[in-house]
Amino acid sequence: MHELKFDPGMCGRCTTIDCIMKCQYLHYDLKTALSEHERLVDGEQSTILTDCVTCYACEEYCPYHNHPFYLIVDRQEELGVHPVPKPLEKSQVVMMGPRGKIRPKTLSPPVINMCFFTVMNACIRGRLFEGASLIGGSDIFCNLMFLHFARNSTIRQRLPQMIENIMKNYLEPSGVGELVCYHDECYGTYTSWAPAYGIEVPFRPVHLFDFIYRRLLELKADIKPLGVTVAYQRPCSNRLCPHTDHFVDDIFSLIGARRPKREFEYEHALCCGGVPEAQQRFELTEELQAKNVEDMKAAGAQYCVFNCPFCFWTLAERVFKAGLVPIMMSDLCLMALGE
Amino acid sequence: MDRDYTELLHRCFRCGWCKLPTNYQDFNCPAYLKYRFESFASGGRMWLIRAWLNGEIEPGERFAKILYSCVTCRNCVEACALPNIKDRLVDIFVAARADLVEQGRIPPAVRDYLKALSVSGNPYKMPQEHRGNWAEGLGIERYHGQEYLFYVGDVGSYDEVGMRMARSVAALLQSAGVSLGILGEEETSDGNDARALGEKGLADYLAGQNIGTFRNKGVKKIITLSPHGYNAMRNEYPVCGGVFEVFHYTQIINLLLGGRIRPGEYLKRVTYHDPCYLGRWNNEYGAPRRILGSIRGLVFVEMDRNRNNALCCGGGGGNFFTDMLGTGPDLSSRARVREALATGAEIIAVACPQCYKMLDDAVKAEGAQDAIEVKEVSEIVSASWGSHL
Amino acid sequence: MDQIHERLTEIVGAAYVSDAAEEKFIYSRDQGVQEPHAPDYVVLPGSAEEVSAVVGLANREKIPVVPMGGGLVLSGLTIPQKGGIVLDMKRMNRIIEVNEKSHYAVVEAGTSQGMLDAYLKKHHSALKHSLPDAPPVATIAGNIAIHGSGHLSQSEGGFHSEMVTGLEVVLPTGELVRLGSCSTVPGWFSRAPLPDLVGLFLGWNGTTGVITKVGIKLYPRPPYHDVLVFMTEDIDAAPDILCRIINTGMAEDINYALAPKPDYLNGFQMTVINITAHSEEELGMKKKIIRESLRHYFETKEAGFMPVPPNLKANFLEVPQKALSKFADVRKGGGFEYVGAIMPLEKIPQACRAGMEITGRIGITYSLGARIIGRGHSAMFFFAYPFNRADASEVGKVARALEETNETALKLGGIPWKTEISGQQLILRQMDPQTRELMEKIRGVLDPNRIMNPGNWEVA
Ligand SMILES: Cc1cc2nc3c(=O)[nH]c(=O)nc-3n(C[C@H](O)[C@H](O)[C@H](O)COP(=O)(O)OP(=O)(O)OC[C@H]3O[C@@H](n4cnc5c(N)ncnc54)[C@H](O)[C@@H]3O)c2cc1C
Ligand code: SF4
Ligand code: SF4
Repeated sequence: MHELKFDPGMCGRCTTIDCIMKCQYLHYDLKTALSEHERLVDGEQSTILTDCVTCYACEEYCPYHNHPFYLIVDRQEELGVHPVPKPLEKSQVVMMGPRGKIRPKTLSPPVINMCFFTVMNACIRGRLFEGASLIGGSDIFCNLMFLHFARNSTIRQRLPQMIENIMKNYLEPSGVGELVCYHDECYGTYTSWAPAYGIEVPFRPVHLFDFIYRRLLELKADIKPLGVTVAYQRPCSNRLCPHTDHFVDDIFSLIGARRPKREFEYEHALCCGGVPEAQQRFELTEELQAKNVEDMKAAGAQYCVFNCPFCFWTLAERVFKAGLVPIMMSDLCLMALGE
Repeated sequence: MDRDYTELLHRCFRCGWCKLPTNYQDFNCPAYLKYRFESFASGGRMWLIRAWLNGEIEPGERFAKILYSCVTCRNCVEACALPNIKDRLVDIFVAARADLVEQGRIPPAVRDYLKALSVSGNPYKMPQEHRGNWAEGLGIERYHGQEYLFYVGDVGSYDEVGMRMARSVAALLQSAGVSLGILGEEETSDGNDARALGEKGLADYLAGQNIGTFRNKGVKKIITLSPHGYNAMRNEYPVCGGVFEVFHYTQIINLLLGGRIRPGEYLKRVTYHDPCYLGRWNNEYGAPRRILGSIRGLVFVEMDRNRNNALCCGGGGGNFFTDMLGTGPDLSSRARVREALATGAEIIAVACPQCYKMLDDAVKAEGAQDAIEVKEVSEIVSASWGSHL
Repeated sequence: MDQIHERLTEIVGAAYVSDAAEEKFIYSRDQGVQEPHAPDYVVLPGSAEEVSAVVGLANREKIPVVPMGGGLVLSGLTIPQKGGIVLDMKRMNRIIEVNEKSHYAVVEAGTSQGMLDAYLKKHHSALKHSLPDAPPVATIAGNIAIHGSGHLSQSEGGFHSEMVTGLEVVLPTGELVRLGSCSTVPGWFSRAPLPDLVGLFLGWNGTTGVITKVGIKLYPRPPYHDVLVFMTEDIDAAPDILCRIINTGMAEDINYALAPKPDYLNGFQMTVINITAHSEEELGMKKKIIRESLRHYFETKEAGFMPVPPNLKANFLEVPQKALSKFADVRKGGGFEYVGAIMPLEKIPQACRAGMEITGRIGITYSLGARIIGRGHSAMFFFAYPFNRADASEVGKVARALEETNETALKLGGIPWKTEISGQQLILRQMDPQTRELMEKIRGVLDPNRIMNPGNWEVA
């Protein structure tokens, strides 16, 4: 049930193996890449499985959308590779597990899904989110983070229930068909992961940036252009929906922010370092964070804008120490609205 | 006592975080600072109230003194270690006092205060007609639909220091062109301290009277002189059906800074004492500081205990009138003056008539008249304004 | 007013003596599960002279005297078992001297931990003393009187009693004596090279005199501070893991803990490693070395360092840890008590299992763990049991569990610390008879009328 829609034949025909060759963390020559990749496809042990940073980027690199990253995670799990130490993994499984406390509620649209991060509820305020209803917590949590823990099984097991919870408790009673995803991990879940595993999503997921952009258009008259240079910390989950990246530019142009030319941007965006740290790859974490923040500074950024709360927690202090202001995208837009 | 409260009594660990500010520098519960028995700290009170309800102790004179020595400053609320009880601590003490009021077991000073309040409408037993005397010569009109009602309260109406402060604030607001009127003899005690002493009935009655008067006159916005009145009108009157837009006068001055109020120069070293009913009760720490910060030449120094950590002057919760803390060097007002002196400040700025009087007396008790002076925020603004007029 | 009350009033002033029901109630009990006993008087002295006069009076009248600081020991050691006078020392809280060069402070006995810390932060910001995780109103003297420990116990000096450089004490017969270098020269810098009499008042639970002043060692307060949290699920690995961390010499405080709540931590153990440094580079280097020492564990993925989000980090970095006081609310009932057993590191796994076994059998919940004392020279292993004080049956269960735990700790080769009177009896029974006799003799000499904190360290 819920098997990955993966076509081994497509990989067999692929000669460039972008998924591995473009990876910023695995440094293979084409020959090694081909052979390691073959092992991966064949379900054999491969260094890909142990060295993968789980940054999701190969989902974006594969030109055929053949889900190389989901395959890696499946294989890791099959072969007992634990990217993160077992106690951390097990504890996360319990911590993020559904509490079964959800109750039906009628909500008025737009309905914003805060994912697990209800601590971020305070970000949803002001004219930008006027009238919005918030939902969140363990009972509607997408669980996609378990991709970092080689636990596709946990997602497979929990996600259908979560989708049902959202529908039965919130969207159906409210007659709402759209769900704005605060965290693009949720958006990625519903637009990429769920279809890849044949799980039906009965509502229309909306990316937060898409929502914000449309709201800003309505409020255009009230925007005071910020006139600042802002680096964007692209989260791993955005690799599942690269088509949403243009909203960053669209939003920036509305609020008068400049997206500087950076080395580690778009396809080359760097991981915030949170996951490598959990993987106990401390040197790599240090190197990534130093490179990333250095690059932001070199690009002349005054702010670093985040979409993912986890990236924010991981990188904010370092960004701040480097003289940049760390800020969530929603707060940056509120600032432009003078709030 | 309400079950919601009795369910919390035994949850106090008596761990004593509540005695200290969050930087631990010294005792910050005025009652404990003065008496030093564990019984006089927040935790002691919690355990004694429980013992009383369980029939383990009789509510005698000392018990009443222990309950009434709490000045409702809310330091304990700020500092208590237990998130699930902290917010209710002072409510519990007030509820226990209410039970004592009901049983007629209150200290004589509290009884006298409440009696004066219910008989005369003010604790000074002064005639109601004198309420507006403080405003003589200022040319302030009675309220007749001006933008704001300026509510001065008991201390501003009858106490010498309070009256001085009321005049200063009114004069400043007037000269800034703020449209305001007063109630004079139609004003009634705000009831804040009666409520804190456990006389909810009287507090509700007083609130009802004021609300009625405000409504009849079409009052929408109120500026209060005292943070106590501000608290009552902001947090209690709505429960009694009176919803108004309420400001403390420092908030209005702050709004007018740079516009209709342009402070000048004031070459003094000044520290600011946060009134509990403005600070910890209503979370307003910024306005007075912004005002002082806008004055040229004024060197602002913080005491180590400031904002949510400020040491109460000891005048809260009715103690201004009931004086359950008595005298001596461990009075919080005197400790506060010593703390201000340690900053090298020449002025302690205050924003509450009760703090004004408490600290003014404490400066004398400390024999520090030559070193430091208590002044109220509007007095400082006016003095600076004068400098460039 | 009775005569004693009158005399006490003459000594300390009427405001500072009480025999009222309210004070008798409050001072008859502590936060733990021990039986209450009311004092006859509560006295708040303001100076060593007043203490001396009160104790002199008590000695003449053969009235028990129980010194009390914060009253936070939890195990009933300030409950006046035989009535008499409780001497609440907290009015005596002057900080008398800080010697930056010789790294010590002299404080009055009732000075609170929090107050000394705040004072040092403000006036001598490069120095600190070792803070216990007790609520900050705990006193310096109360803590050393029971061999307390704290944040610098691992890295600097072991038990806080080992950090004492001198004492001023009122003997049970009323004389005021000074011990350590201050007995001979003005400075309070050292106990050596004199015969060490300070030990006569450390660990004695106030049975040998009333401490009125303490000289206490100060240490550098490096401005950079961070925490690493190592997570395991194999209790047996604890001694090795702790040793590896200790041996790096890079950690300040090291604490090990396990608890069944929250659910997601049930079955796991956390080693919380505090690190301080003088620069970012030093901090980074220390973290690196500590991590390296545990490479073997995380490479096998059997254990690992937990990324600590900022809000959680702030809690871990807080000193003293408010979280420990919050433990009292676990059962929504304002109480917990613990057996803190001083034991060899290698016994930690057995102690964990014993704690779980006892609590499981009796049906209560727990938090277990250890603070490392000295460079692994011992551990203070805590078996902490929260209870709802409004639930008599739960209080009874916890009392039983504590007794059993005391016995178990001894069997494991540890010694219960600051233990209840019943625990002291267990220790005395197991103690070498000659040692026991020596303790008796010393008390006989110091306290001929046996007025000091009776019931404690008493051979039944
Ligand atoms: C949440 C919590 C966390 C804790 N964490 C720690 C910790 O990390 N480390 C630690 O060491 N302890 C800890 N404790 C235990 C205890 O609170 C502390 O050891 C505390 O420092 C004891 O000091 P006190 O002033 O409260 O002593 P008290 O409880 O008042 O007294 C303790 C003993 O010392 C005697 N005594 C007190 N003052 C004097 C004096 N002047 N002269 C002679 N004898 C005296 C008393 O008679 C009694 O026997 C903790 C307690 C709690 C509640
Ligand atoms: S009120 Fe709070 S801080 Fe004070 S003793 Fe009780 S639990 Fe502790
Ligand atoms: S409100 Fe103030 S005076 Fe009352 S117990 Fe709390 S800290 Fe003490």
